[in-house]
Amino acid sequence: MPLEEQRLILKYVDEPSYTNDIDCYLKHGGYDQLKKAVQMKPEAICQEVLDSGVRGRGGAGFPAGMKWKFLDRKSGKPIYLICNADESEPGTFKDRQIIHKDPHQLIEGMLCSAFAIQAKLAFIYIRGEFFEGYQILEKAIEEARQKNLLGDDILGSGYSCDIIVHRGAGAYICGEETGLIESLEGKRANPRIKPPYFPAALGLYQCPTIVNNVETLCDVKHILEIGGKAFSEIGTPGNTGTRIWCVSGHVQKPGYYEFPCAGVTLGELIYDVCGGLLPGRKLKAVIPGGSSSKILRADERFKGKLKDGTEYDWGIEDIPMDFDSLSLVGSMSGSGGVIIMDDSTDMVEALANINYFYAHESCGQCTPCREGVPWMKKITARMCAGKAREEDADLLVSIADQIAGRTICAFGEAASWPVQSFIAKFKDEFVAKAKEQELLRQQGVDEVKETTLI
Amino acid sequence: MIQIQTEETVTISVDGKSINVPKGLNVIEAMNSVGKEKEVPHYCYHPKLSIAGNCRMCLVEIGTPMRNRETGEAILDEEGAPKIGWIPKPVIGCSTIISEGMHVRTKSPTVLESRNGVTEFLLINHPLDCPICDQAGECRLQEFSAEHGRGYSRFIEDKNVKPKRTRLGPRVTLDDERCILCSRCIRFGQEIVKDDVLGFVDRGSYSTLTCFPGKELSNNYSLNTVDICPVGALTSTDFRFKMRVWFLKRTHSVCTESSVGSNTEIWSREGKIYRITPRRNDAVNDTWMTDSGRGLYKSIESEDRLKAYTMDGLTTDIDSAIQSARALIDLGGVGVLGSAFSSVEEQFLLKNIVDHTKAQFEMVQHLGDGDGLLVSEDRTPNLRGALVNELLNTLPTKCPNLLIKGIEDGVIKTLLVFNEDLSEIGVPLELLKKSVNIIYFGSLRNNTSDQAKIVFPTLSVFEKEGTFVNQNFILQKFNKAVPGPAGLVSDIEVLNRLLLGANDQPGFTHIADLWTKIAESNELLKGISWEKITSEGLMLKQEKFGALNFPETKNLKYKPVAELQAT
Repeated sequence: MPLEEQRLILKYVDEPSYTNDIDCYLKHGGYDQLKKAVQMKPEAICQEVLDSGVRGRGGAGFPAGMKWKFLDRKSGKPIYLICNADESEPGTFKDRQIIHKDPHQLIEGMLCSAFAIQAKLAFIYIRGEFFEGYQILEKAIEEARQKNLLGDDILGSGYSCDIIVHRGAGAYICGEETGLIESLEGKRANPRIKPPYFPAALGLYQCPTIVNNVETLCDVKHILEIGGKAFSEIGTPGNTGTRIWCVSGHVQKPGYYEFPCAGVTLGELIYDVCGGLLPGRKLKAVIPGGSSSKILRADERFKGKLKDGTEYDWGIEDIPMDFDSLSLVGSMSGSGGVIIMDDSTDMVEALANINYFYAHESCGQCTPCREGVPWMKKITARMCAGKAREEDADLLVSIADQIAGRTICAFGEAASWPVQSFIAKFKDEFVAKAKEQELLRQQGVDEVKETTLI
Repeated sequence: MIQIQTEETVTISVDGKSINVPKGLNVIEAMNSVGKEKEVPHYCYHPKLSIAGNCRMCLVEIGTPMRNRETGEAILDEEGAPKIGWIPKPVIGCSTIISEGMHVRTKSPTVLESRNGVTEFLLINHPLDCPICDQAGECRLQEFSAEHGRGYSRFIEDKNVKPKRTRLGPRVTLDDERCILCSRCIRFGQEIVKDDVLGFVDRGSYSTLTCFPGKELSNNYSLNTVDICPVGALTSTDFRFKMRVWFLKRTHSVCTESSVGSNTEIWSREGKIYRITPRRNDAVNDTWMTDSGRGLYKSIESEDRLKAYTMDGLTTDIDSAIQSARALIDLGGVGVLGSAFSSVEEQFLLKNIVDHTKAQFEMVQHLGDGDGLLVSEDRTPNLRGALVNELLNTLPTKCPNLLIKGIEDGVIKTLLVFNEDLSEIGVPLELLKKSVNIIYFGSLRNNTSDQAKIVFPTLSVFEKEGTFVNQNFILQKFNKAVPGPAGLVSDIEVLNRLLLGANDQPGFTHIADLWTKIAESNELLKGISWEKITSEGLMLKQEKFGALNFPETKNLKYKPVAELQAT
């Protein structure tokens, strides 16, 4: 029996009659929350968001209300709000849906948030490849401006705020918030060192800045609609609200699915919601939160104690899909990109693919990431090209260990975790491949095999 | 940029030992103040540039005393000592400012492993061409690799290929494969010279240092990028492939380009100078110097170099030259055109000669445009030395009008000229031909030396020792790097013999003895001896000269009196 989705953000988007223009949005109660918000005290909105317990949907899962609380309001400098729409984590495609199908929801969420933090100018930093999304947003902003929902003196409240849409030029690192800020300032997107450059104090143009994900900002609208307390009752304590899971890979019905946090287990998501694996295939592994999160092996068992003391003993199918459970099993919910792999997957090739991506996207600013990640890519590419050595698996882990935790930004971890987890869980495959290739080399057979490397 | 604000110190614990260090330092500088054994290796950090934090070599472990969140009280462990909350990941020392009670681990397994990792990463795509690299011997990458590297390579893939010899400007050549992308040169251009021409193109390990299109690194400070480059990526086009640095002798000296008096180091071997580099002095030139100042040594090998004592154009020996000069001086009617290129010691002896002979004395000014950094408007190194020596009590003019008048009137029969070319400072040559005997002191041939009756070739600043007084009245010492032309005696000896008479023995055997005399007779230099003048220089009292309107405008370390009073 397929599970029913419980949609909050994507409530209307797939209704056939729903369009992304403002009239349709207004018909569905759009901008009511903005009207309410501008009559509220900004601090009251901040409190609602804090009460809601909403956690950042971009990857790290940091409570958004706390982030807002860190904002340096005493400096006297202008405060900026930035919407991080540089969605480029492999396996993730939720923000694009919101932008394409319901741009006004994002704009309303942003304006409510901007009002709450008293920002007079907000930016949407949109991934360069999302050209259509950029056009849709520009059109939506113009529509909102015509109706005085944006710009000077919004709805006669005396509060003014404008939104500028800025396109990236095609770099994954622009999704890192300080890299994004550098890029927005017109420079190379080299992430900044923290300390001292925490955006909440020294962000865009060295002014206090809040950077939030598209989905998080949309959540703000819903928090205002139902109240922080009601929002916090969706999901489980500490994992509130709904999440959009982007399921891709070897399932019958890949796509985006919205559920309350912990409202669905990984097994239910795969077998009930996504229609299970392709016929005759068995589950091999799952990357649960975008390509940088650690991979889970299908036959693993996870045992331990929850925060409240209850013991758990989960197979991979039993893992509740929320922030805390996925970090309990040693991975993370990340950006919600669930990648399913069946038993036809060559793990060496899968890792080579991931490494290729991260080597291509490293900004090159700090040494471990700049040198280490392309090295790992060169090794896995060589392994796929028939030149694997048995010691390569250990070497890969050793390189990854030298990167993680020693870089300027979290890209170092993002690039190391796949390598560390792939080898921790599938080392036998890496070694077997090396042995097999060694045998072929001894026989003088040059293994030239077509790989799925992109 | 790290600057110590106060004299205050904080107590920190380094690898378990408590030490006091000045407040406001970052971990790298604090460890430097402890000593060599605690040195934190680094590439991108430079004390005079902003902090980039990109090389990751200075990773250390940091802990701070834990505090109770509600009460703010320190949490103590079982033994009553403050409990330390260690940051789980290593942090960069360059951007971590030390605070009271901070704990630092510089030798823990994590720290050593981090350095080892960064070193390995820096080397995998590095060409490892030390045997043909100019930086070898003074290369941070080479030093730290020996210290922190694993000694063998685990890298069997192909190395990245990048441009090997890019001409960045007239004086700097770049080898991109050696570059470790520390961005020091870029920051130097942006922050110090304000000539933003360098940048990185491409991404990841393909990142390449280059000049912006249509620009070149041609400012007068471009060679500083070579100095601060921690590897052999930026090399001086002039010095490239000329000499191994470990063969070179280093001599502390002072740049004579202008009254700034940048501290320098002369690199020489077997009597030949190969290059000049800046020497750090935070009161004078920080760690920089001009490109133009680095080329000054080339004049000592010039074809115009005066190498022998001459009388009426004929070579003679020093004794007869001094005898004849002495005879001319004794006739009376002496005029002296002094020089702000002479050292304090030479000026002191000259002052004695002037007093003895009751000569008319004058000096001229050499002005040029200042660049607001390390070239000041006064293009002489020792004008303030003449003031200190009381040769002058006002600032000189452009043209020696008094002396010209004296010659015209026939009062001056003998004219001693130091370093100046009279034809260039407004003295008509015809006037000299007529009625005056010129005794010329200088190192290069010019119109005046051609006219002179007696020529005393002098030594360049690289060939003698002495002191200059710079724009901020800092007395700075320069040392002898290379020998002068064969047969020449030092300038102070010539002047001293001229003062005492040709047959007298020199009144001193070493410059230190001369300094005893100087210190005795000069109020401002009282208590100073040759040994006491350290390589940082000595600040002299300058209140006496407050009313003088010096030509310098604001530069790196100089503020005109008017501006000083305004602040």
